Amino acid sequence: MTESARIASDLPAFENHSEQEVKFTTCYMCACRCGIKVTVENGQVRFIQGNRNHPVNKGVLCGKGNAGIMKQNSPAKLSRPLLRKPGSERGSGEFVEISWDKALDMLSERLAHIRATEPRKLAFFTGRDQMQALTGLWASQFGTYNWAAHGGFCSVNMAAAGLYTTGHSFWEFGEPDWDNTKYFMMWGVAEDHASNPIKIGLEKIKRRGAKFVAVNPVRTGYQAIADEWVAIKPGTDGLFALAMVHVLLKHRLIDEEFLVRYTNAPQLIIQAPGGAEHGLILRTEEGEPAVWDQGSENYASACDPNVSPALVGEYQTPDGRTVKTAMTLILEKYSDLQYSPENAAGICGIAAEDIERFALEMAQVAFKETIRIDTEWTDWAGRTHDHFIGRPVSMHAMRGISAHSNGFQTCRALHLLQALLGTIDCPGGHLAKPPYPKHIPPHIKPARTCAPNTPLESPPLGFPTCPEDLLIDDNGNPLRIDKAYSWDAPMASHGMMHMVIRNAVHADPYSIDTLMLFMANMAWNSSMNTAETMSMLREKDDSGEYKIPFIVSCDAFHSETVNFSDLVLPDTTYLERYDTISMLDRPISEPHAACDAIRHPILNPDRDVRSWQEVLIELAGRLELPLFIDDTGRRRYKDYKDFIVNYEKSPGIGFLAGWRGENGDQHLVGAPNPNQWEAYIQNESFFEFKLGDNQRFLRHANLDYLQFAKEAGWVGSTDQIVIELYSETLQTFRLAGEGVYDGPTPNTDAQAERLVTYFDPLPFFYKPLEQQQQDESQYPFYAINQRPMHMYHSWDSQNAWLRQITSQNYMYINRQQAIELGIDDLGWAWVESHNGRIRVQVKYMEAVEKNTVWTWNAIGKLAGAWGLSKDANESQQGFLMNHLISESLPQQKSITNSDPITGQAAWYDLKVNIRPAPAEEQGSWPEFDEVNALPQQQSSPESISYATHNNVNLSRSNRDILTRGGSR
Amino acid sequence: MKLGLLIDLDTCVGCHGCATACKQWNTSGTIGPLSDSNPYGKDPDGAWLNRIRTYEVGDAPGSKTVHFPMSCLHCENADCVTVCPTGASYKREEDGIVLVDQDKCMGCNLCAWACPYGARELDRDQGVMKKCTLCVDRIYDQNLPEEERQPACVLTCPTSSRLFGDFDDPQSEVSIKARERGGRDLMPELGYEPTNKYLPPREKATVEMFEVDSSGDGFSLKGWVNKMIAR
Repeated sequence: MTESARIASDLPAFENHSEQEVKFTTCYMCACRCGIKVTVENGQVRFIQGNRNHPVNKGVLCGKGNAGIMKQNSPAKLSRPLLRKPGSERGSGEFVEISWDKALDMLSERLAHIRATEPRKLAFFTGRDQMQALTGLWASQFGTYNWAAHGGFCSVNMAAAGLYTTGHSFWEFGEPDWDNTKYFMMWGVAEDHASNPIKIGLEKIKRRGAKFVAVNPVRTGYQAIADEWVAIKPGTDGLFALAMVHVLLKHRLIDEEFLVRYTNAPQLIIQAPGGAEHGLILRTEEGEPAVWDQGSENYASACDPNVSPALVGEYQTPDGRTVKTAMTLILEKYSDLQYSPENAAGICGIAAEDIERFALEMAQVAFKETIRIDTEWTDWAGRTHDHFIGRPVSMHAMRGISAHSNGFQTCRALHLLQALLGTIDCPGGHLAKPPYPKHIPPHIKPARTCAPNTPLESPPLGFPTCPEDLLIDDNGNPLRIDKAYSWDAPMASHGMMHMVIRNAVHADPYSIDTLMLFMANMAWNSSMNTAETMSMLREKDDSGEYKIPFIVSCDAFHSETVNFSDLVLPDTTYLERYDTISMLDRPISEPHAACDAIRHPILNPDRDVRSWQEVLIELAGRLELPLFIDDTGRRRYKDYKDFIVNYEKSPGIGFLAGWRGENGDQHLVGAPNPNQWEAYIQNESFFEFKLGDNQRFLRHANLDYLQFAKEAGWVGSTDQIVIELYSETLQTFRLAGEGVYDGPTPNTDAQAERLVTYFDPLPFFYKPLEQQQQDESQYPFYAINQRPMHMYHSWDSQNAWLRQITSQNYMYINRQQAIELGIDDLGWAWVESHNGRIRVQVKYMEAVEKNTVWTWNAIGKLAGAWGLSKDANESQQGFLMNHLISESLPQQKSITNSDPITGQAAWYDLKVNIRPAPAEEQGSWPEFDEVNALPQQQSSPESISYATHNNVNLSRSNRDILTRGGSR
Repeated sequence: MKLGLLIDLDTCVGCHGCATACKQWNTSGTIGPLSDSNPYGKDPDGAWLNRIRTYEVGDAPGSKTVHFPMSCLHCENADCVTVCPTGASYKREEDGIVLVDQDKCMGCNLCAWACPYGARELDRDQGVMKKCTLCVDRIYDQNLPEEERQPACVLTCPTSSRLFGDFDDPQSEVSIKARERGGRDLMPELGYEPTNKYLPPREKATVEMFEVDSSGDGFSLKGWVNKMIAR
């Protein structure tokens, strides 16, 4: 008997395990989607812990995941469908409860009418959900292209830059090779995206002694443990990256083999300024990109494995055209002194010597500390190799890069830096996650027409490559309500949810009938210009009708947006529903394994609620959307579970990749398995398909991988995925801006100028748009938001445990600056932007770039929402910075305040001034009307003593007290 | 045995995972419930056994940002035990865990005043003192899988910044790591001889620069010689 076992035998049984049940499911306290092991006792959650076998979190769990009990027990949970009380005003929060039958009858009748007349009058936008494969399919079957999720204000710059450059991207479609990297540079990342994988990874690299450099104006969680913190000025990251490119090129510290073999750097670009061909890639008669073959001293196809392309050079074609390799253009562009460390230093706030040093450190690791992994693999041309070369420099980037209006080009600059160092999908570099990489860009074009009672011909969102792909009418006007894929944002591949309310209310480009929102807090922290947005939701036309006639929201909790809805459909919590985390959607794969997962009910709801998944299937059946009915017009799917099992996107491919085939013995591709849910539940609710050693690196050019990926339906061909350092797609749009494109061209000079200026086929740096249009001396401070790690994604700011950690946000400011401005620590101050002003409580901070103020986002709440009392800190002292951020540009009110390429909301471009508030002015401002209680809403408890069983006390014996007393 | 925690300040990012894991395990554990006052109102506050304190040390530009997890250190010379008038507060002989017998505690708060580390919290609703038990109701539970017989905070820590073990055993992982990385006592001058140790931040990793000559003529297109590299 061990000593522990001996001690154990003297202890009481603390837990009655026979009364407890253990189930595995997937966390949903944020978008990280970790595996969890849930112990249930007496119908309540005893304990939520990380699943040790799960590929995402490997047993660990963060501050949010551990607080799931208080999400489940939130008094803000909605209980029944709600209808805005007839005769009451929208936003007054007066509701009547209705039955699900009545709610669904009402909604399906309205939707059927829209579908039969003008389907695009339904705008269906979803928040941070991970069921876009289903909601997108539903929208396209309904026949409206007015659908998107929240990517347009979250991360589209990151995703699109990756998918138009490398075929994968930061965060969801790729991650650093934490096990092998020796130098890790983290760009931005406001304590978010992703949660546990980053934490696990950082510990690995710190343990190994790899160097961790954090680039961020603010030093909080991750930056605090970095070996170096670079306090960059917000929005200047692109210049920092390109200045490092300048240094690498200057010293020719580049991976020429990588560039020739895996990128389009050697491809020949036509030089005919002002002409329609200028900047396009020279092509062979077969239409393949051309290179200059040094062997034959002639032009050749870049797709021919037997050529040795010149990386640098300028040539004359037989028909007299001048061509240069893309690499030549790269050298010419970045040799310019605007990209010198000396020039970047002043703009970025980083010393020139440091910029040069970081570049040379990365070069040292990439080229002198190379890794070799001995594995036989086959390249795209069928040649076998016996090893992979790794250049162990890696990067991660997220918020802070993505939410600037120059974020797409900044992120492309990071990918250029990676490619020059040869660190893309190689050991120690930045790895793709299956089903990525995909061909560049993925071969999906956004649907362009809506017709009554007709599904869209393709998904609502996709990847344009030329002006013909835009969603504009014959006069060049936007077709989508959010103006995605218009001249204002041609490559808006996640849509532009942040513009929907404004555009619909202004009937610009047209008015809509119904706005359907899922898990999106558009009346509060998910909108720019929140105060104005709340007014717009209330706005009526001359006849007294609301300008947005009908707003439907589905949410599990009493959010601010519920308060502004006409019909509220109460959702389940993540512990109460069936759900899939599908590879058709936003995958949870790891670099070396394709993964998906499910959720299944751990608890039965004690309220009259239905999951949005079930409601969508029900509505699809009622509306007789073609995919959801059979040949006889009867419903094809009984419910969501049935749909997931039996729906096939293409033969053998469905939402879940594991345990397919009639007997459940096939993976990735196979016939529907009637017992697939059970198989997942038996296997701890996730599926992990590990790739072979030969399929783990250089997958853009790895035939062993590409063949496998094609069979799995992830890619359409086994052609090499050639990394596009030079983007012909961007140049094509630029030609349209120059008016020389043989196809649609923009209507206005302003549109044309945006294309010419920003659609540079090579990454470049420009000052964020909003900052170009205002007097910066009037607004000297950058103002940015972060999410605290324990509230990243912030669905749970009402969480009774998490709000004890943070129930109020402050405006953090550099201490010395605050003293000069006469602002006290914890004093109140007015913060003003071109869009308005707010009153905030200030906190001094040392580790913040001196011209930057910042706050935790989404802590501030509307009084009375989320089950919080009306005097809760969130509404009385907490605040939103959103009020200061305009959705339009200061001098071009009709143009979105977004990245001009992707339409990503530019909510990080804000500049403000700040001054002390008079002593009598305290408390956050603006103030809003309190949210009314819902029907039958019980007041939130004044105290909680949560426990799933009475505690078994460990008694101290009297003998022990008498013999040892107070001694130890 | 001398059970305790080894906490790594080199890798703690202040995510509060250990704090909420502790809260959810222990609120239904032997020392539970851990009550919360005003959970949905003004100034919510409850009993926690483990909190993360984040602060800045020094003035810019030389300042440091520190995330500092704090729970009971299970001291050898624990004043919280000696001041207890009812004998509720005690340090177990067999493993050194400092505990509060919930049935004997009268909630006088003396022990919390005696603790220089602020590691004890009075549960105002229950009227008794709460503190870290090192998850005594997990670590000895023979019905849990062996790898899970760990304090909840240790199981959950995403950066593996928390280790649990026997500091009496020189070959235990905590003893070895504490030796190798210079594990520190918190405020040793007070003489409480805390069992828990903190690992200081590692030396900053450094990387050589690639050696280049100052000229750098990479931009010269004329001087560029293409290598023969097969596609």
